[in-house]
Amino acid sequence: MNLPVAPPTISQTLAKVGRTALDFFAEAGAATMLLFRILVGIKGLWKDRKLFFEQALRLGFNSLPLVLLVGTFVGAVTAWQGNYQLKGYVPLQYLGSSTLKAIVIELGPVLTGLIIAGRVSASIAAELGTMKVTEQIDALESLGISPIRYLAVPRFYANLLMLPVLVTLADFIAMMGASFVATVLLGMTSAMFWNQIPVFFDVYDVIAGLAKAFVFGAVTALMGCHVGFSTRGGAEGVGLATIRAFVWSCILILMSDYILAMFLF
Amino acid sequence: MIEVQNLYKSFGDKSVLRGTNLTIDKGESLAIIGQSGCGKSVLLKHFIGLLQPDSGDVIIEGENIWNLSQAQLYKIRQKFGIVFQSAALFDSMMVAENISLGLREHSSMSGGEIDKRVKECLAMVNLSGIENLKPAELSGGMKKRVGLARAIAMKPDYVLYDEPTTGLDPISADAINDLIIRLNEQLDVTTVVVTHDMVSVYKVSDRIVMLHDGEIIFSGTPAETRETDNGIVRQFIEGRAEGPITTTSTLTS
Repeated sequence: MNLPVAPPTISQTLAKVGRTALDFFAEAGAATMLLFRILVGIKGLWKDRKLFFEQALRLGFNSLPLVLLVGTFVGAVTAWQGNYQLKGYVPLQYLGSSTLKAIVIELGPVLTGLIIAGRVSASIAAELGTMKVTEQIDALESLGISPIRYLAVPRFYANLLMLPVLVTLADFIAMMGASFVATVLLGMTSAMFWNQIPVFFDVYDVIAGLAKAFVFGAVTALMGCHVGFSTRGGAEGVGLATIRAFVWSCILILMSDYILAMFLF
Repeated sequence: MIEVQNLYKSFGDKSVLRGTNLTIDKGESLAIIGQSGCGKSVLLKHFIGLLQPDSGDVIIEGENIWNLSQAQLYKIRQKFGIVFQSAALFDSMMVAENISLGLREHSSMSGGEIDKRVKECLAMVNLSGIENLKPAELSGGMKKRVGLARAIAMKPDYVLYDEPTTGLDPISADAINDLIIRLNEQLDVTTVVVTHDMVSVYKVSDRIVMLHDGEIIFSGTPAETRETDNGIVRQFIEGRAEGPITTTSTLTS
């Protein structure tokens, strides 16, 4: 027989809210402390350049096929929907420049950041989380090697520098995808699509887009490392860490995107 | 010499170490025994600062490790080799890279000298020729021995073993015991073995201490341990389900 469960009292609810808030601030404090130690750790990056390049290859270069595939479709859909929105109001010759703005300022950095959150942040959390629960982090410490220096610093800076590169390539391939849709499916000539772009092109847009990419690169790597280092339990803990890293990276990307947009534009 | 003074450690509501005191002399081969979950591994990890106590001191060769900077603590850790319960080999690295990592980080040895040292260490644990294997390709016993090779690569003064024979068949476990004894003699190190495997304890140690309810409740030679009339120790070494441990333990949440 199931006994009726009493609803939580106000004090129980408040206590739960308080505990959740405290956990959140403790977590935010730990992530900030890790960020500080990683920033200080840049002075040892030259010594650990082999680790840095390994991570740049793994996190950046190996993400290229996925980023380019997604970039192609992002460009294609932006052009297609741009056509839908402009039709009847704005001449179609402005499709190229409006697509470029949308991609360079927003879609390229944000969507690439979200892909990297899924691929890189989750993979860093899973890798470091597994190392944590199998005592490999303790083993590093016991050898007198700082896990932050050896594991977090190369991953952070590799991702920080590779994400703008990936975003640049994604922007480029997205414009190719958009051009394909415009010329093959929307009946525009190539000249119609490209000719207005130099008129409205502003190099500041590119710089702002890349600034976003730097921040998203930092956020995704930081969350992967922080969540990985704080993993507890066995396989279940690693699974949860992967999800947490991905979810927090996405949230922070979207929040920082909004804040950066307010400052940059 | 390792001195542990009045060490307290809790995890959440669970109090694990409750004023633990222990002194380990240089050259000693000490076994720390106790029930599963009584805090043996927690105590061991305090020796090199892998865990921070709630209160109390850990003094290594006269230096309180909690008064040291991180760089100084890392320096102290280089005097230790630790063999982890799960071996804790770096699974992204080959065996040779696992063993040589500490040397590459801290020594001025050339690549050739490091390779030579890796071969020496593998020979000491009877695993010559597996330099290029990944940990995933090794059996449980081999992993423990590679972990041991990694622990001794930097010629430590202290070797700490966390459950070295757990999960191994009796023959592999005995091979590990022989190895511990041989390395202790060859390398002239201070050895601390945390285990509840009494066969191993009697074979490798010259002093046994028992951790119970967060405190060291017994210290003696293997012969004294066999003869003791301490009820708690007797129940543990005889492996009886009924006795004072099961009726009086207060190590609870």
